[in-house]
Amino acid sequence: MLHSKTFVKKTRGGKVNKQVREHYLRDDIYCGAPICKLCDSSAARLSPSASTILVLDTNVVLNQIDLLENPAIDDVVMLSVVLDEVKNKNMGVYNRVRALCSNSLRRFFVFANEHHKDTFVKEMAKESKNDRNDRAIRVAAQWYQSHLGGAARVLLITNDKENKRKAIAEGISAETIESYVKSLDRPDLLDLVVQPSSEDVEMEEVEDLRPSKRKVIFTEHKPMSEITSGLHRGIYHQGKLRVNRYNPFEAYVGSESIGDEIIIYGRTNMNRAFDGDIVAVELLPQDQWHEEKSLSIADAVQGSAGDTNAVSSRPSGCVVGIIKRNWHSYCGSLEPMPMPAGSGGTAHALFVSKDRRIPKIRIHTRQLENLLDKRIIVAVDSWDRLSRYPSGHYVRTIGEIGDRDTESEVVLIENDINSRPFSSQVLACLPPLPWSVSSEDLANPIRQDLRDLRVFSVDPPGCKDIDDALHCTALPSGNFEVGVHIADVTNFVHPGSPLDDEASQRGTSVYLVERRIDMLPKPLTEDICSLRSDVERLAFSVIWEMTPEADIISTRYMKSVIKSCAALSYIEAQARMDDSRLMDPLTTDLRNMNVLAKKMRSRRIERGALTLASAEVKFQIDTETHDPLDIGMYQIREANQMVEEFMLAANVAVADKILKHFSLCSLLRRHPSPTREMLEPLLRTAAAVGLNLDVSSSKALAESLDRAVAVYFCSGDLSPPEYHHYGLAAPLYTHFTSPIRRYADVIVHRLLSASLGIYKLPSIFQDRAQLTSIADKGPVYLTARSEKGGGEWFVDEQQQKIKKMDGSLSYSVLQTVRIHMEVVEPQPNRPKLQLTLT
Amino acid sequence: MEFVSPEGLRLDGRRPMEMRQIRAEIGAVAKADGSAVFEMGNTKVIAAVYGPREVQNRSQQINDQALVRCDYSMANFSTGDRMRKPKGDRRSTEISLVIRQTMEACILTHLMPRSQIDIFVQVLQADGGTRSACINAATLALADAGIPMRDLVTSCSSGYLNSTPLLDLNYVEDSAGGPDVTVGFLPKLDKVTLLQMDSKLPIDIFEKVMQLAIEGCKAIANYIREIMLENTKQLEYRRGI
Repeated sequence: MLHSKTFVKKTRGGKVNKQVREHYLRDDIYCGAPICKLCDSSAARLSPSASTILVLDTNVVLNQIDLLENPAIDDVVMLSVVLDEVKNKNMGVYNRVRALCSNSLRRFFVFANEHHKDTFVKEMAKESKNDRNDRAIRVAAQWYQSHLGGAARVLLITNDKENKRKAIAEGISAETIESYVKSLDRPDLLDLVVQPSSEDVEMEEVEDLRPSKRKVIFTEHKPMSEITSGLHRGIYHQGKLRVNRYNPFEAYVGSESIGDEIIIYGRTNMNRAFDGDIVAVELLPQDQWHEEKSLSIADAVQGSAGDTNAVSSRPSGCVVGIIKRNWHSYCGSLEPMPMPAGSGGTAHALFVSKDRRIPKIRIHTRQLENLLDKRIIVAVDSWDRLSRYPSGHYVRTIGEIGDRDTESEVVLIENDINSRPFSSQVLACLPPLPWSVSSEDLANPIRQDLRDLRVFSVDPPGCKDIDDALHCTALPSGNFEVGVHIADVTNFVHPGSPLDDEASQRGTSVYLVERRIDMLPKPLTEDICSLRSDVERLAFSVIWEMTPEADIISTRYMKSVIKSCAALSYIEAQARMDDSRLMDPLTTDLRNMNVLAKKMRSRRIERGALTLASAEVKFQIDTETHDPLDIGMYQIREANQMVEEFMLAANVAVADKILKHFSLCSLLRRHPSPTREMLEPLLRTAAAVGLNLDVSSSKALAESLDRAVAVYFCSGDLSPPEYHHYGLAAPLYTHFTSPIRRYADVIVHRLLSASLGIYKLPSIFQDRAQLTSIADKGPVYLTARSEKGGGEWFVDEQQQKIKKMDGSLSYSVLQTVRIHMEVVEPQPNRPKLQLTLT
Repeated sequence: MEFVSPEGLRLDGRRPMEMRQIRAEIGAVAKADGSAVFEMGNTKVIAAVYGPREVQNRSQQINDQALVRCDYSMANFSTGDRMRKPKGDRRSTEISLVIRQTMEACILTHLMPRSQIDIFVQVLQADGGTRSACINAATLALADAGIPMRDLVTSCSSGYLNSTPLLDLNYVEDSAGGPDVTVGFLPKLDKVTLLQMDSKLPIDIFEKVMQLAIEGCKAIANYIREIMLENTKQLEYRRGI
């Protein structure tokens, strides 16, 4: 059943060399249509009642992916030659097509035409690669037509005129995507169709008629060959373009060839590049370099030592070519405009992205009246040099502007957070509900029965995903037995299952003001894993024996069954401890724990741990509408600190244990000591108010630590002295205590159970890079961290004062100021919070 | 990189459990006592066997068994311009040793004391799996030379890419850097005489991958047996029996 055919491929890298690969042609590739009598239809994906089967051309897939994702387009045969071409041209589109092909709800079938004995075509003499592939697509379409007989119409969709002409000549029915969508009679779909770039189509026709209107705005991009040779000769510089978040007309390109950032001023110099594009930049002659404007506040805040010193002559340049586009879809709204006279026709509208770095995008739409007051998603298609704005197409509507749900959805989309409901495959991994601890779990020798212990949990009020619980028993010897019990998530989330994959994709639960986007499905987070009171739950426990001086005598790790006797809130726990009349056992436990925690805490602070008291914000939420009403500071009580202390201790204990067993592949967390440069701005500020800081003591430096963010790492990658966690002043640290809402903890749970010999270590632990990348799906900032001021302020570096340019106002460090706060709407639909000094 | 598409086809159109096309020919070098050409897809190997004959270097002579020597080399034209080191490098020394040990394990050396058997294998075209192809070619050449053997030792490689066990890796798959298991196998005795692996694998997956390579060895053994039967029939026919 194997036919062998060798063919010759040329070129690779710089030099030309001949490559010979085997290419097997097969007769066991099936057509995927269940109506077919000849083929094995067990793997068929097309619908049995399909009247039309679509075969798509490469360019259609590349350009119209948003349309393909619409469920109206179905019964599509994806040819492997098309997939290969798409993969070479655009990996992002390829992944989306692959997702479509594997989606069980959609009817997309991949036909490996390149390996089918009847549809493989050999390159003919003087035939270009593209022509061969087009021919392969036509041959495959023809094969489908004759293979299925009259059972279904096979329609080749191509926007290439030549290809369409040849197809029709060969007796294949072919249409352009536009005419096909029109024939579907769905006007909303037409918006999703990408218009061919105006440069290709309109140039000849339009330019003659209205030459004055079509002015060339941007210079042409240099051809790729010229860019490569320019990069070689050092005329051009390659780098990623980063647009200034606060001034979209200014961008930077970090270039390795000069070792400095090149500034690009203005849209003309940016020459149609988007934020994140890899571009080739040419330096402007030195006399055109912009004089460095007086140091604005924005710069001072960014102020890493490097760019404040060497500011006088920073190179500026202009973009000559774009090496790789970073186009994706953007969230935003349409610029308000009057309705065109005849409604129902197509209208041009300008789209304004929420992200200010993105220029306005022009779109065609037939449903303008629907879209004007909506948040929509738009994808960019092209930007030719005749138009001021890029052109794009509408993808979908999120909802009405100003609506709470819509706006939170926008925040989620902008931060790339997956808020879709869990798929049925994922939900199928859950144990059947209602779930309770079974007798098998109790009889399991690896699981200890700790149900008779007085275990309780302390959490914020209203917390439903309780992943930690504690107990503290006085031993006859005068010592204490203290236990931390963490929900045994890995008992339900098995490595490699769809549930596990989904959780690792999400990485963490995301908490918004009024909702929570879970990492694991709700039945797990709120019921099966949640250590609620008065129910038996599975846990992973760390149990210490401690002296009254809080010295650890012994540590034990085990899987267990617990039964929590109380789910307290921080306030309740605090009230119990404070109320001296209460003498019940639970309160005594709490007090004992608190005493121990205080000792542990003071010892930790003595070692130089930082109390990183970044103020947490608490929202008051309306009980009826779930709208936030008021913002307050989160009050830290002793009870919070007590729980925190034991969680830290558990994390340290687990880090110790897993490192001992898996010295090469433990997932730990470190916090590198900040370098002197990072602390420089802080020192300057402190000196201005007459404080002299000792940098070597870490206690006072919490502020500057924002820059040295703690990271996950794999123990084999670094040397032991680097394992240190600076902020907590612990030699070893990891995350173990929140497996319900953080995937890193799930990994650590697996490591720990493997180190206890309960389960084998999954193979993913061989792959260090993957391990840390999953875990590092780190902090999500739902708002920009610090809004920076405009250019009218001047920072005096020496005296550490901020002055207004006209000299009317001046502030020094730590001076109290009055601020006027107001919501303004300079552009319609883009309200922003404005703070002004009064 | 995607080595197995979601449709279950490898880059060259094979399925994960499929071998490349194999072809064998006995008697390629007339002057040798036994010789064979063995092809696995684009990998092509020639083997020539001399012996049993008098030991050339008396000091190496073994009094109770035969001395087996093996020389592996790659023709300079075998790789296009993949720039491998020429003869005598560590890689070919190692492969020579591997082949020698594998063959020694199946030759009944005690029947031929104070004699020497030379096995020369040369890679004419390399496309992954040269080591296996060489062992298969050497087996055929030894059988052609009429040297007494316990069994026909055959060899096949398998690997593990994209979480799929793959049989008989070609050059592209081999250079992906994934695990690569080469097995030498005595099909009648059901014994493994050679087992090598690059990179790491968890033990349960390793067993699957090795089992796949063993299945490959069995398939090759069947093919070799057919070729030899064919060859014997031809000899019979020429003698007019």
